[in-house]
Amino acid sequence: MKRLSEQRNKILFEKLAKYVGPNVKVLIERPDGNYCFREKKDRVYYLSEKLMKLSDTFTQQQLVCAGTCIGKFTKSNKFILQITALNYLAPYAQCKMWLKSSAEQQFLYGQHVTKGGMGRISENTEKYSGVVVYSMEDLPLGFGVASLSTAECKHADPMATVAFHQCDIGEYIRSEKDLL
Amino acid sequence: MGRKAKFNDGVLVKKGPGKKAKKQGEPIIPVALKDNEGPKKLSRHQQLRAKKREEKKKESKEKQVNNKNKNKKKKQISKYNSDDEESEENDSIDEDMEGESEEVDESDNEEEVTGFTDDNKSWLKPKQQSKSKKQVVEESEDDEDNEEEDSDNEEMEEEEEEEEADNDEDSDISEEDDEYGVSKDDEDNEEEEAEDDDELPIEKESKKLKKEMAQMEKEAEEELQLNIKDQEKFEFPETYDIEQLTLQDVQQRIRDVIVVLSDFSKLRDANRSRTDYLELLLKDLCAYYSYNEYLMDKLMQMFPLNELLEFLEASEVQRPMTIRANSLKTRRRDLAAALINRGVNLDPIGKWSKVGLVIYSSQVPMGATPEYLAGYYMIQGASSLLPVMALAPQENERILDMCAAPGGKASHIAAIMKNTGCLFVNDVNESRIKAVVGNFHRMGIINSVITTVDGRKFPNIIKGFDRVILDAPCTGTGVIAKDPSVKASKDELDLQRCFTLQRQLLLAAIDSVNAKSQTGGYIVYSTCSILPEENEWVVDYALKMRNVKLVETGLDFGTDGFTNYRNHRFHPSLKMTKRFYPHTHNMDGFFVAKLKKISNSIPSDADKVVVSEDEVSNDKKQSSSEDEAPKKEQMTNGKNNKQKRKAENNDSSSSPNKKQKRENEDKKDKSDNKSPKNKFVKKKQFNKGSSASPNKKQKSENDDKKDKSEDKSPKNKKFNKKKQFNKRPTKSDSSPVKGNAEKKTGTNASPAKGKAQYKNKKNFKKTK
Repeated sequence: MKRLSEQRNKILFEKLAKYVGPNVKVLIERPDGNYCFREKKDRVYYLSEKLMKLSDTFTQQQLVCAGTCIGKFTKSNKFILQITALNYLAPYAQCKMWLKSSAEQQFLYGQHVTKGGMGRISENTEKYSGVVVYSMEDLPLGFGVASLSTAECKHADPMATVAFHQCDIGEYIRSEKDLL
Repeated sequence: MGRKAKFNDGVLVKKGPGKKAKKQGEPIIPVALKDNEGPKKLSRHQQLRAKKREEKKKESKEKQVNNKNKNKKKKQISKYNSDDEESEENDSIDEDMEGESEEVDESDNEEEVTGFTDDNKSWLKPKQQSKSKKQVVEESEDDEDNEEEDSDNEEMEEEEEEEEADNDEDSDISEEDDEYGVSKDDEDNEEEEAEDDDELPIEKESKKLKKEMAQMEKEAEEELQLNIKDQEKFEFPETYDIEQLTLQDVQQRIRDVIVVLSDFSKLRDANRSRTDYLELLLKDLCAYYSYNEYLMDKLMQMFPLNELLEFLEASEVQRPMTIRANSLKTRRRDLAAALINRGVNLDPIGKWSKVGLVIYSSQVPMGATPEYLAGYYMIQGASSLLPVMALAPQENERILDMCAAPGGKASHIAAIMKNTGCLFVNDVNESRIKAVVGNFHRMGIINSVITTVDGRKFPNIIKGFDRVILDAPCTGTGVIAKDPSVKASKDELDLQRCFTLQRQLLLAAIDSVNAKSQTGGYIVYSTCSILPEENEWVVDYALKMRNVKLVETGLDFGTDGFTNYRNHRFHPSLKMTKRFYPHTHNMDGFFVAKLKKISNSIPSDADKVVVSEDEVSNDKKQSSSEDEAPKKEQMTNGKNNKQKRKAENNDSSSSPNKKQKRENEDKKDKSDNKSPKNKFVKKKQFNKGSSASPNKKQKSENDDKKDKSEDKSPKNKKFNKKKQFNKRPTKSDSSPVKGNAEKKTGTNASPAKGKAQYKNKKNFKKTK
């Protein structure tokens, strides 16, 4: 567990801001103690400082995970959010998209969202901004990138993709081994 | 172990009727319970033949009496039986019969002669006459029979003989009895008639009736006896040949043997011992349920026979699938509503749990619903809710799950803690820990530290937990329904490995708990095995080795743990542990024990488990920083308990062997770093006490040993070591007497010298 470098910190927060906007602050300054981001083998963990201190007693080999893993840095130093970050993205998301129950299953198997499958979309969604995808019962299903803005969506073809798939909770089953 | 992450397999709820819904077959009534229908009625031909056979027997008897021409007859019979020489046979038989009649006549004559010459001829005479008469009649009959036989087809006869072979013995006897009875009766009646000529006919009738009644009763009684005999008859097989039997035969025999064993003295075969029966039963059970003999033997020792069958049957059937609602993300009521919308048929698990649901049937795979993926529930056995309930975690505690994969219990704990405090989740298996990571993220648990460490080494890394749950790896005899491979694969060695590991893990778990925790200091030990070796015995061992006591689990159902098992006599408080069986509680076989740690000190010997009260109080006084504590303690100890310690000192000094022994024992017992630790402690004590009188030093030794053995981490060890040698050199002591003498010199020695001495001592020990 080590601190993120300045550069990586910047990349990380930029990425997070795509989804949660200014709410990134809320992630750091919480009423229940300080939370921090830590890096281990290019993966970024979000955890309370208390937990971090306790986890320091374990060696690299012994420690598997502490707190929540929210994503990883690629070799080319890009940050990729993982489905495990959904717990923090969902409550603070700026742009949201709700899926009809018929389209839920498709999304959970890794398909993009089509206009036909979209039930609702939050008003001010811009093109290529990060969206968190919900079911109609407000169950967070994953997140992606809006391929069209809200206005464009209204006039789009039913088969047109309105959101590109990035992560969905089906990955907990499909790629459990790749989570860490 | 039954705790594999079966996300796909375990999840499918079968649509069709389960094994339990299978129609019951026709009831198979054990032989012993069947109504006996009495002897079979014979066909006319068979009756005739039976008569013939009797007569032949009589003949042979007579012949034996006469003892003449025996050999000839035998030859004839053998000829008679062979197919080849029919004509010859017939001839010979004819001749034979003639011969026989002649012989009989001769013998009769002889008898008559003897009868007449005898003194008793007056009363002997009439009987012999009757006999001769009878014989004459029989002879005539014989002749007729023989003629008939001649005409009969021989092949037919042989076939019939074979058929009748079974009936022969029984029917023959009964018929003979009947005939004799009748003949006797007739004779009696005749005699009576002769006697009671003067009686009225009606009186005669009544007497006759009475006689008949008596006769009937007699017969009935005999029949009853016969029936009972038949019922008892469970024929012990001569050789054990399982391949010849169908599965149903084996099942039948299992029941028969159990019936016999249930009333052994009455139903047993006199030549067979109980062990014979038990062995047969064991083999049959192994064959029928496909267990290996070792495991079946263990189970037979555990359960009474009726319960054993129930257990084995229950172990064949899957338990209903249960889920636990994740209280971090949803409520049980909402979850149930959502699942019912998806076509799931479910029910609350019972009054004892507020988060459990039983799934009866489901149209969708339970492990792939969006609710599951969103972490609203976890698929987990009903039994695995129990240890967590026993643990009763509180918010803001530091809790350890030592063997956690796949994380069902651990996530339950986190849910109860409401994501506060700190949950350490450990499993030694790296591939299985991935399931824990996945589950924890899915369930939204953020207060966890997930590690892969050998549980036995955990207290070396971190300790001071408020609660520890140890769901130890086991043979899995409680979850045979989940993993039937257990039945065949577990043998003595596996079991031994298991409980050795369990003991080590439990000791490690106890060591990692902080006894002085404000809220806790509890350890919950659970296994999914039902064997006492892995359960009560392990806990009993821990009770002896550490300062812990058993407390109530807080579970209001389940059967109490064993205090006696075969030759083992466990600590009586083991009654407070709980066992769960598949056949009585409809959940996986399970064992739960809750321990409370009394003091952080580790008794150096099993004998020293009982901690005297003042020592406990010292423990309480002890501050958390352990470096300061010993000093204080020494002060108090030294002043207060001088006299007492002296006595102890004498004891220890008088028996150097004891110490050596103790060290050896420590080495044996695998709480790894224990023995080296003790050595250090001893040294340290000598150091500190060097300014005081030697006696005092010795006195404080025992106490210090206990207190200081708390800090086990390697860091501390090194630290202690250095500290000691910087401070002052020591002489320690494989023999306490020697130590006493040398200590005085040791006080004045320089640090460097002390180190050297230490080295020497080490060598000395090695050589020893």
